[in-house]
Parts: sequence; structure tokens; C-alpha cells
Amino acid sequence: MTVAAGALTKSGGIRTWLAPFVARPIALVGLAVLIAVLILAAAAPLLAPYNPDAYDALIRLSPPNALHWFGTDQLGRDTLSRVIYSSRMALLVGVGVVVFALLTGVPIGVFSALFPRLGHVLMRIVDVLMAFPSLLLALVLIVILGPSVANSIIAIGAGFLTTTTRIVYGLTLRLKTETYVEASRSMGSRTGWLVHKHILPNLISPLLVQASFVFAFAQLSAASLDFLGLGAPPDIPSWGNMLAESRNFITRAPWLLFFPGMMIVLTAFALNLVGDALRDRLDPRFREMLGRKI
Amino acid sequence: MWSYVFKRAGATALTLVAASVIIFAFIHLIPGDPIYIRLGDMATPDQVDAVRHSLGLDRPILIQYLSWVSDALHGDLGQSIFYQMPIMSVIADHAETSLLLASITMTWVLLIGVPIGMISAMRHGTWLDQVLSGAAMLMASVPTFWVGLYMILIFAAWLGWLPSSGYPSIFDDGGLANLRYLLLPSLTLAAPNAALILRLTRASMLDVSREDYVRTARAKGIRPWQVVTRHIFRNALLAVVSAFGFTFAALLSEAVVTETVFALPGIGRLVVQSIMQRDYPVIQGVVLVIVVLYLLVNLIVDLSYRMLDPRVELQ
Repeated sequence: MTVAAGALTKSGGIRTWLAPFVARPIALVGLAVLIAVLILAAAAPLLAPYNPDAYDALIRLSPPNALHWFGTDQLGRDTLSRVIYSSRMALLVGVGVVVFALLTGVPIGVFSALFPRLGHVLMRIVDVLMAFPSLLLALVLIVILGPSVANSIIAIGAGFLTTTTRIVYGLTLRLKTETYVEASRSMGSRTGWLVHKHILPNLISPLLVQASFVFAFAQLSAASLDFLGLGAPPDIPSWGNMLAESRNFITRAPWLLFFPGMMIVLTAFALNLVGDALRDRLDPRFREMLGRKI
Repeated sequence: MWSYVFKRAGATALTLVAASVIIFAFIHLIPGDPIYIRLGDMATPDQVDAVRHSLGLDRPILIQYLSWVSDALHGDLGQSIFYQMPIMSVIADHAETSLLLASITMTWVLLIGVPIGMISAMRHGTWLDQVLSGAAMLMASVPTFWVGLYMILIFAAWLGWLPSSGYPSIFDDGGLANLRYLLLPSLTLAAPNAALILRLTRASMLDVSREDYVRTARAKGIRPWQVVTRHIFRNALLAVVSAFGFTFAALLSEAVVTETVFALPGIGRLVVQSIMQRDYPVIQGVVLVIVVLYLLVNLIVDLSYRMLDPRVELQ
């Protein structure tokens, strides 16, 4: 196997996983940002200087100062603490959407490719779902399910179910014709074994690329839903909710919008950088399938 | 060619039929009885039965679906609960803003995305390319409503150059000058989409420039700019054409948020308002119209792609 084809496969080990980041230092910055967000989320109670829900009417809308680095909001809550705690919601929604897209997309895609008769019908259903623009689909699902964090994950995930299924379907169709898969089949391997031994391991690296893009777009979609008041309940700190709340104070306290917005941009940008670097090191046969983002 | 047109149009029609089943099911999937939503919780059982009968909701579900489709084909999408007028008229009232916003945005997307993508590809590997590509990726990572809010702050509140919200029709007082209301929203909406078109133009120009016919053209001694414009750019543009449908869908989706930020009386804001007002028939109608539009755009894009690229037909 050549380097290009071998990079990022199951047997690659830690060095091949790191190769894309060494080749492109900017991607390393992306990875560092993601790790920083992860630390913020995990150690929020330790890192946040104040209780994110503690309010003090006397210091409403104060600009950034020595005590409150990012200023305070309309209720006098510390913006820095709320930004830090909001990273938990960002990770929860991002991971939730990725898991949802993979848990639905991978089985449907692999099954459809291996059992073409039923698979053809399934893929047509996926095509029909693709006729709905993703945010519109999310809004319709929120209307049916009601606004909540879990339902945001499902509503946003539904839009990525289709793209993930199509990618997995295409990849599996291609893998099915590989010599080693055909050889294994002619030696009497059962379908379950083929999927476990040959199909799934080869899907890992392209799906990792897809996952980073889905994660990035999920951040933006979740922020949009929160902003419209149809995402996480307003009492839960999230970057989208913070922007929605501070919107009315934009002329009096423009800094309020800056920090949560920057966090969304940084996280999505970092994920895109990582996804791009991983894709460039991907098996060229698979790269074109992921060429158009989402 | 014609067999392909029929095949593709047939597939679109089938997708539309399947999508219409989902959109029809929407009203029935919402928790709560649609009649109570219409009449309020205080309605008496007699009133409920009367309205149920008058709306035809006591008929078998298949008959209800067929009559909904037949009405829709005749341009009747039902009655809005909030506006108390036909949904088609409500949508028509909001269409001008959205169509103009989409057209102006698409113009920005092409004017910004294609030339900068070209420059980035022609300077492939240089610092300029890296800066432009990095900027494009950054633009694709920014929430549109956030950009919109800061645009309002800077250009409307601080500088006072442009209006911050609303949009009076170009047929009202002010005429075409009213388009200035759409300048900030369209630029906001264009930013992430121009970034995607930029990256696509760059990638496809780089792909094409590795083709044999480009090497041949260079070897023949054709001037470099002619190779770029005639051989590379024209072929690379095909990828941009094929992304048109995808971009259109993205615009429709993101317009929901942008129209809300700028308080524009468009279809996107209509969806959000209808959700808040629990005017479910309007949501259903708007979703149907958007899906029809989206499928039509994709069909046209697909067919024009075939016409633009004769090689596809040879295969």
C-alpha cells in the first residue's frame, strides 16, 4: 500500500494519524484550539471566575474590566464564565450530531450498498430527504418534536444523516469491488464478517473527515436555532443563546456579542482546518467523494 | 438528450411526490389536534366537529392527501390561521423580498467567489493563495447572523450609511432606491456562500489545469492568459454551475436567520413567525413551495450542465 493510500487506515498507528498535522502546521493550530475548548468544557467550574448564573443588577452591562474580563450581560452575569460554561453545550451538540449522523448513516449506507434491492429503495428515501434544505428540515422537526437540547441534536443531525448515508453508500459500493473483498467473499466469508473485517475499518478515515465537517456545521446550525429561540432553553448557557440575549443591547454593549460569536467562529474554523488536513492525506480514491463539503 | 430530459424530469416528479407525502404528514405529526390549534382550547365538541367536517378532516387520510395535492396543483394551499387569508397570497406577499434578496446575494457570491477563486488558483501555493484560501475557510466558519448584527452596528448605527432593518417594496415610494435596504442583508448572506464558491472555483481550476489539453494548449504557444480564460476557466466553470443548486438551498436555509436579523418581510422570516404563531398550515405551504423551487433549480442545473458539457453526452 502506498503512503497516500495507507495514511489514516486502521493499521496506521499514532504516527500516521499525526502525519496530516505535521505536514500542515496550521492544522496543528486547529487541533490546539479544539483541545482548548475541550479543556474549557471539562474544567469549567475550575476555570470560570464566577458562577455563570449569579447576577448582580449593580454591574449590568459593564464593559470588559479587571474584575470581569469579558464584561457583564444585561443581568450583571459574568460573560467570561458564561462563555466558558457554554463550551459544554457546544461540545454536547457537536458530538451528539456527529454520533446521530454516524449511528444512522453508517448502517443505512452499508446495508443499502450490500443489499441493492432494498438498498435502492432506502437510497431513494434519502434522496427525498435531501430535497429539504437542512435548516428548514431542522425547523420542521423542531416544530414536531418541540424545542430542547436533545431535539436540536436530532433536528440538526437529520440534515447530516442524508449526506453521511450517501458518502457511506458510495464508499461501500467501491469497497465491495476491491479485490481483497471479493477474495474474502469467494472464500466463503459471511456478510457480517466482511463488514466487520473489511468494510468498517476502511470507512474510519473518510468518516473522520466527514465527522469534523459535520461537527463544524453543527456548531453553526445549533447557534442559528438558539438564536431563533428554537434550540436550547434560554436558561442554559450556550453561545447561540448568549448572542440571542445580547442582541437587543448591541448598540449599548457591542462587546457582549463579540466573545460568544468569536468562540463559535474559532471552534468551527478549527474543525474545518482539521477536517481539511485530514482530507488531504486521505486515500485519493475516497477524497473526491468528500470533495464538496457537506 | 431528450430521453435524458424525460428521465431526469420523471425522477424529479417522483421525488416531489414522495416529498409531498412527508410535507402532508407534517400537520398530522404535530402534537395536538389541528382543530384545537385553529379554534383554541375553549372550543366546544360541536364546534370542533363542525370545523373538522368543513375542513374535510373527517375523511379517510388518503382522500385528504389527494385533495390537498389537487388543491395545491390549483394554487390553493389552504387558509392561514393568523393572517386569515389564502396561504398562497401570504407567500406571494413575502416573495418579493426573498426573491430579490436571493438574486442580489447570488450576484455577490459569483462576483466575489469566482474571480478570487481564479486568482487563488493562478497563484497556487503562494502566500496570496494561502491568505485567500484561509480567509475563505474563515468566512465559511462564521455564523451569518453574527456578521449581520455587527454590520447593522457599524453601517447603520455608527456610520448611519444604510438602514438597519425592514424593506419597503420597490413598487412603493422610493422605487429602486429601496434596494439599499437589502445591501447589508445580501452581503451578510453572501459571505459564507461566496467562500464555498471561491474554494470550489479554486479546486476545479487546479484540477482542470492538470488536464492534457491544457498542456497541449501551452505547448502550442497560446498566450498564458488565453489558456487560463479559454481552456481552464471555461471548463472549471462547470463545477460552479453544478454547485448552483446546492448554493441555492444553502441560501434558502440561511435566509431564515438573515431575514430575522434584518427584520425583512421575506419567506424565511414568515417561517419563523409562523412557528411562533403556531400557524402550521403556512409552514406546510412554505415548505412545499421551497422544496418545489429547490427541485426545479436542481433539475435546470442538471440539464444545463449536460448542455454546457458535450462530453457528458458522449459518455
